[in-house]
Amino acid sequence: MRVYLARRLLQSLLVLLGVSFVVFFILYLTGDPALVLLPPDSSAEDVERFREAMGFNDPFLVQYGRFLGGALRGDFGQSVRHGEPAFALVVERMPATFELAGTALLIALALSIPAGIVSAVRRNTLVDYASTVVALLGQSMPTFWLGIMLILVFSVQFNLLPSSGRGGLEHLVLPAVTLGLFTTARITRLTRSGMLEVLNQDYIRTARAKGVSNPPVIWKHALKNAAIPIVTIVGIELGTLLGGSVITETIFAWPGVGRLSVQAIYNRDYPVVQAAVFLLSSTFVLVNLVVDMLYTYLDPRIRFR
Amino acid sequence: MSVPARAIALPVERAPARREWVAFLRRLARRRTALFGLVVVALVLVAALGAPWLVGWDPIEQDITHRLAPPGSQDPAGRVHALGTDHLGRDILARIVFGARPALMVGFAAVAISGLLGMSVGLLSGYFGGRVDDVFMRLADIQLAFPFILLAIAVIGVLGPSLPVIIVVIGVSSWVVYARVVRSSVLSLREREFVQAALALGSRDGRVLLRHILPNALTPWLVVATADMARVIVIESALSFLGLGVQPPTPTWGGMLADGRVYISTAWWLATFPGLAILFTVLGINLFGDGLRDTLDPRLNV
Repeated sequence: MRVYLARRLLQSLLVLLGVSFVVFFILYLTGDPALVLLPPDSSAEDVERFREAMGFNDPFLVQYGRFLGGALRGDFGQSVRHGEPAFALVVERMPATFELAGTALLIALALSIPAGIVSAVRRNTLVDYASTVVALLGQSMPTFWLGIMLILVFSVQFNLLPSSGRGGLEHLVLPAVTLGLFTTARITRLTRSGMLEVLNQDYIRTARAKGVSNPPVIWKHALKNAAIPIVTIVGIELGTLLGGSVITETIFAWPGVGRLSVQAIYNRDYPVVQAAVFLLSSTFVLVNLVVDMLYTYLDPRIRFR
Repeated sequence: MSVPARAIALPVERAPARREWVAFLRRLARRRTALFGLVVVALVLVAALGAPWLVGWDPIEQDITHRLAPPGSQDPAGRVHALGTDHLGRDILARIVFGARPALMVGFAAVAISGLLGMSVGLLSGYFGGRVDDVFMRLADIQLAFPFILLAIAVIGVLGPSLPVIIVVIGVSSWVVYARVVRSSVLSLREREFVQAALALGSRDGRVLLRHILPNALTPWLVVATADMARVIVIESALSFLGLGVQPPTPTWGGMLADGRVYISTAWWLATFPGLAILFTVLGINLFGDGLRDTLDPRLNV
């Protein structure tokens, strides 16, 4: 168990190192920042002196090392546009993104797991067909279109909910539903197929045969075993949610990391882009580490691998 | 005298022969949802290929006097804008039909890149195992750690949006699912008798991989490829929506949605129809993909 955890931890660190390299490389691709940062009428000597002073003349790996050292201390440089540290700008907006992604995940779980279970238990009934069709549509619908349509109906037509900004609960509804739909659809389908598989197993038949009534069989015996793939996908879906927040936040003018990074890309404010990509990726890695630990609780077999 | 290895008829497991293909298509056609999906995909393909002959309007021709005309309205010459016009007076139906082109182009090209990449990684990783496998699987973890769309827009933002850049960025960063699926089937194929027999007869690794293992790993790969195609089309339209896709004046579904979003309170048709086009296309591909999976291998969980 301890060996397994240590190995997973080491793997996660390795992944973060890789992430930092890619993030650095993206900026490296932008070319020489000296010409962008200096006034256009600077002389060639000025440019050269600036390059030397900023370390742009150093070898690639030296520059990467410096970037990594900064990243570890939370230093991604100043935002070109806001004049503040890029790291602080991103961290400031993290709560908004977590609030949105977390709510979306909660909505998704609250809808999809019951829907998937009912679908599996009442297989080939009207309920099953309805939930399957909704899940299929949800999986095929582009997030940004759904968001616009929700605004059209609930904000423009009926004026029930606000279409932009962050504030009370009413501000959260439309963006969270928009962001959560795809995940809802995915988990519904997964829960259904997982439950169907488990319900055919011998131990379920045994439980039924010894007289356990229907609800405990489903909730205790079946769901706990069907939960393993669901927990895995929840970890992965969090990545989808964090990435999807880029689009959803843009549509609903939600002041989170996603919107900040899209604006930063438009403004060529690369330190902010780097900090945002790095922090969101780290969050994802961290969550998946936690998910893996949960996994060992759900499926004790893993501990002995 | 020893018999040369080539002379021994080796029971090669091949991809299904022609008659099996017909049987397979028949089984697929029996699933109504899969058939529906196939028809939708075919329709979109026809729209993309035959766009100039299918619609009477030029998709980039502007007519400011007839801007934001609702669906069904006519111009003075009596020609109908079936789905209305946008903020520059361009025919929406024509733009949707032409918009199928970048969507499918990016879809096919990106899936080809990521599919080939993932297939190669999966074959090598599964076949050789050990150090090779470790390296590739850690790379996969790193790739998966990025919120995909954020990484894509960051790279495209830096390199500048153009069709090749979009295709390469999506293609290069989508290989992981293919690699994992191919790898896991190679792991089990490697132990099968026909592979062991080929190795025992002295076949080289390359030959075993390409002639014996690859054909048998194609099924799960194909299922992943269809699902991925749907995903790529959504991503392409998301990038266009953010202004980082194929650039105007080329009509794209995502770009039309971005335009339509501005006029959401006055002209609902601008944003509604291009979104339906995406939904329709992606749904078709998903249905076809599900049918394909169920027909080929119902136990496949990808």
